Amino acid sequence: MIDGLLAAKTAPPEAAAGDYWSMLFVFVLATFIGLGVIRRVSRLLYTPLMSLTNAISAIAVVGSIVVTGADYPQMIRILGAVALFASMTNIVSGFLITDRMLKMFKKQ
Amino acid sequence: MIANLAQLAAVLATALFIFSLHWMNDPKTARRGVIAGVTAMVIAVVATWIQPQIIHHGWIVGAIILGFVVGVPLSLVPLTAVPQRTALSHAFGGLAAGLVGTAEYFLGLGENPAHLTTFRMTALVAEVILGFLTFTGSLMAAGKLQEVKWIPQRPVTYPGQNVVNIGILGIAVALGAMVVMQPAAAWSPQAFLAIVGLATLFGVLLIIPIGGADMPTVISILNSYAGLSAVAMGFVLNNKLLVTAGALDGSSGLILSIIMCRAMNRSFTNVLFGAFGTVQKAKAGGEQKAWKQETVEGAAQLLEQARLVVIVPGYGMAVAQAQHKVRELYDQLTKRGITVKFAMHPVAGRMPGHMNVLLAEADIPYTALIEMDEINPEMPQCDVAVVVGANDVVNPAARYAKGSPIYGMPIIDADKARTCLAIKRSKSPGFAGIDNELYVSDNTWMLFGDAKAVIGDLVKQFAGGSGIH
Repeated sequence: MIDGLLAAKTAPPEAAAGDYWSMLFVFVLATFIGLGVIRRVSRLLYTPLMSLTNAISAIAVVGSIVVTGADYPQMIRILGAVALFASMTNIVSGFLITDRMLKMFKKQ
Repeated sequence: MIANLAQLAAVLATALFIFSLHWMNDPKTARRGVIAGVTAMVIAVVATWIQPQIIHHGWIVGAIILGFVVGVPLSLVPLTAVPQRTALSHAFGGLAAGLVGTAEYFLGLGENPAHLTTFRMTALVAEVILGFLTFTGSLMAAGKLQEVKWIPQRPVTYPGQNVVNIGILGIAVALGAMVVMQPAAAWSPQAFLAIVGLATLFGVLLIIPIGGADMPTVISILNSYAGLSAVAMGFVLNNKLLVTAGALDGSSGLILSIIMCRAMNRSFTNVLFGAFGTVQKAKAGGEQKAWKQETVEGAAQLLEQARLVVIVPGYGMAVAQAQHKVRELYDQLTKRGITVKFAMHPVAGRMPGHMNVLLAEADIPYTALIEMDEINPEMPQCDVAVVVGANDVVNPAARYAKGSPIYGMPIIDADKARTCLAIKRSKSPGFAGIDNELYVSDNTWMLFGDAKAVIGDLVKQFAGGSGIH
């Protein structure tokens, strides 16, 4: 989770390249896990599923936090702050509305 | 030490996200999924925030507070507005990815151009293109769904549209390739900004020719793009948690898109470049059979004598906000010992699962909501099929009319029920301008009017109906 920029500044380029392969590796495996898990999601719940995955992918917030909070030029930090706001909106509204919808699904 | 803590947090958050989605496989456990997701998010945010390189806290706090100020009201929209809220959140996701990508590029350019390696630049360009096209594309989709005045609802097409669209994307990709090879040349920043501009424009042009009936597919595709832009961001930031969460979102969007496409018998490219509804104008001249109109009293009697009633909800039910009246009808019928089931078509409504949520909101037990594939074999035993604001998903023309844009689309066999009651707002054809033979078939009776009002009248017949009993 360390800011990639700082990490790469200290690491030699070859190490960084090796890291990219492991990132691709993670991406492929995570996609397969995703396909497996999502395929089993109840068809009743596709709408809440979409708002839930939306909130989850707003994990991009961690990238925005680094860009906003590190010692970077002001313009960069402004872009980061807007991105942080956008991700945070998705997290808050995504989880809240998912829960609101799921509460409505009753058996009886 | 604190860096290891961050890694540990990322592993924990990844596991929790996977569990969160896993629990969505059953409505009984689904709410646990939300708790797992929120926990993961809090862990990840805190672990990032306490890292030593985070030294400015004011703006972070401010942006988080603003996120709550906007996010809480957005979570309280009426459920009929959930499709546009979802589209809007894809727009926010795309925007965040696009902005972080832009920030990372200019940061690298200003501080350490050697750091802009080919791999990182490729990921950056992908992030920015995907991010900004998702941003404007989703905004357009949200605008269409919200029926904003200055965004046309009907598909907008012009000659050479696909050439223009693909051309614009092509230029963006070509510029991207140039910037990847020469990230720090004198012209590179301008080229980078041009990519941003072209992606923004492409998003708008991509959605303009797409109509409301295709929205379930388009929202799913945009969902997938939003996830992929987060993956690209993870590559840029060297952050595995981002890659994992983005991949989960991307694969979810992909699966939903495939299901939606199958439910319409269309391909991705056909949805994105096919401009639904332009193929066929209402075929004038053909023998025009007449509707048979039924009164509310007659319809009530028909329902009263039934043993199995299947209700087929469509977007019209959402527009009329008729779901609560449908619930009252459901209560009246079940009280009389009549079995009532709901036939759910995958693309009914404006997003995947839209109708399920509306009916759940009206307190209809989810056990009564039956998937198309399961209900169709039962349709011949159904005494009365009640079509509430659905149109294309019950149009028998999908089975044989080769020229029709809905040809080959699996439909709910409302026409195979012994009788069919169709509630329709107006006598005009449905969204795609396609005539629906179901309405003129021998065993169909029409009830014209606002779905909410018509069903309300039906309920009154049953409630006050000493005349019937």
